[in-house]
Amino acid sequence: MEIFGIPSALLGSQLLIGLINGSFYAILSLGLAIIFGLLNIINFAHGAQYMMGAFIAWLALTKFGINYWVALIATPIIVGAFGVLLERTMLRKLYKLDHLYGLLLTFGIALIIEGIFRDQFGISGQSYDVPELLSGGVNLGFMFLPIYRGWIIVAALTVCFGTWFMIERTKLGAYLRAGTENSQMVQALGINVPLLITFTYGYGVALAAFAGVLAAPVFQVNPLMGSHLIIVVFAVVVIGGMGSIMGSIVTGLGLGLIEGLTKVFYPEASSVIVFVIMVIVLLVRPAGLFGKA
Amino acid sequence: MSTPANPNREMLRITDLHAYYGESHILHGIDLRIGRGECATLLGRNGSGRTTTLKSILGLVSRRTGSIMLNGNEIIAEPTHRMARHGIGYVPEERAIFASLSTEENLMLPPQVASGGMSVGEIYEMFPNLLERRNSPGSKLSGGEQQMLAMARVLRTGAKLLLLDEITEGLAPVIVKKLGEVITELKSRGFTIVLVEQNFRFAAPLADRHYVLEHGEIIATISKQELPEKMDWLHQTLGV
Repeated sequence: MEIFGIPSALLGSQLLIGLINGSFYAILSLGLAIIFGLLNIINFAHGAQYMMGAFIAWLALTKFGINYWVALIATPIIVGAFGVLLERTMLRKLYKLDHLYGLLLTFGIALIIEGIFRDQFGISGQSYDVPELLSGGVNLGFMFLPIYRGWIIVAALTVCFGTWFMIERTKLGAYLRAGTENSQMVQALGINVPLLITFTYGYGVALAAFAGVLAAPVFQVNPLMGSHLIIVVFAVVVIGGMGSIMGSIVTGLGLGLIEGLTKVFYPEASSVIVFVIMVIVLLVRPAGLFGKA
Repeated sequence: MSTPANPNREMLRITDLHAYYGESHILHGIDLRIGRGECATLLGRNGSGRTTTLKSILGLVSRRTGSIMLNGNEIIAEPTHRMARHGIGYVPEERAIFASLSTEENLMLPPQVASGGMSVGEIYEMFPNLLERRNSPGSKLSGGEQQMLAMARVLRTGAKLLLLDEITEGLAPVIVKKLGEVITELKSRGFTIVLVEQNFRFAAPLADRHYVLEHGEIIATISKQELPEKMDWLHQTLGV
């Protein structure tokens, strides 16, 4: 079967890859959006924290025999706690300064983290086996779907929409939304904003680590895996609108699909299509598709 | 001129309060005392330090020194979010309604800090407009509705000391009249109120005492009884 002259298996598999990449874009840009929304900090260490997630899962498995499912829960908690430490000891001192200071600090932190992992493990990729429960695949008729890849999409959508629900429909989310608008007034109303900020940064970092664990079985685990991805993720955040929660999720998934389709119809442009879209969005709607001017 | 509150009923005592924004020294030793259930106004021209006095009580200035005693406890070293827990409710001049939250989410946002706060039913009875607009985003409310919501938001929490900053500014006379009735009702319920107000005609009948500020200092304290004989001086000083 062919669609627009393209074999359906090829189109389906590229769309699937696009959706998987989009799932990672969505989780990572969601974490960045939450952090930027409340802390006003562009967290350049996000890619390194994603890499830490993948590496800690790999170390847990190879050194301690800790399986994928335990790592999927424990790793975000560990890396999130590392984020809390960073926020308490360093980022906290920058909130009253220009965004640039936060960006420079987190960029420096990213370089240090990557340097430590390169020093310890080199830059060759480490493999992480797909957990047994999710190995194999399903023949959908028009294409073959590896179960693990399907799981990535399901897990990413669950986490993204769970986070959206928490922010839009719970009291904690109301604190976060209000804090994003006017943190001084939220404090005056009796809410412990410094604690809220620490939680938010820790949660954003934990999301990055969660994406890292999900990525470990499909990508090579190596110290540069985050820095390769994070530039595209920043473009996703800009297109979606800085700080927009739904913008991050929809734009992340949408751009993954567009990237996948570009690979089918015009492969030469697949690595730049996201940036072309970013330029167009910045020219037409500088606040992003879902952002408020 | 001054009429000190009975120390046994004293709710708020501020002594030698200095406040700074960066390098700028804004308040130069404010002293005031407000008894439980009283309503006091802070009067003065723009820039005299009235809003800064309220913000200093809450810890919303970059630096402050002196003493702020609430119910006999020193609170000047406490962080801002603890002030609401001590029973201080703040309605800022700009209202600070959160645009991304609905009316009801705005209303329910502050945690309840003590018993004795008004129930949501009582609040909607006091401000029926808010009931009609409870699902509207904060950004879609009129100025008067935003002001009512800003007031309502602190009444639910159980706060007993209300700091109200220019609550009548820019509002239609009918809304101002309604707010006057609300403050009278709150006084009768035992709330202690510090009112920063430009609209002297609104504030005069409500207040038990008036503090007049100029250049970050209190230059006069006038009780309700002394007000008639001080009116000319007040008009001259405030330029009203």
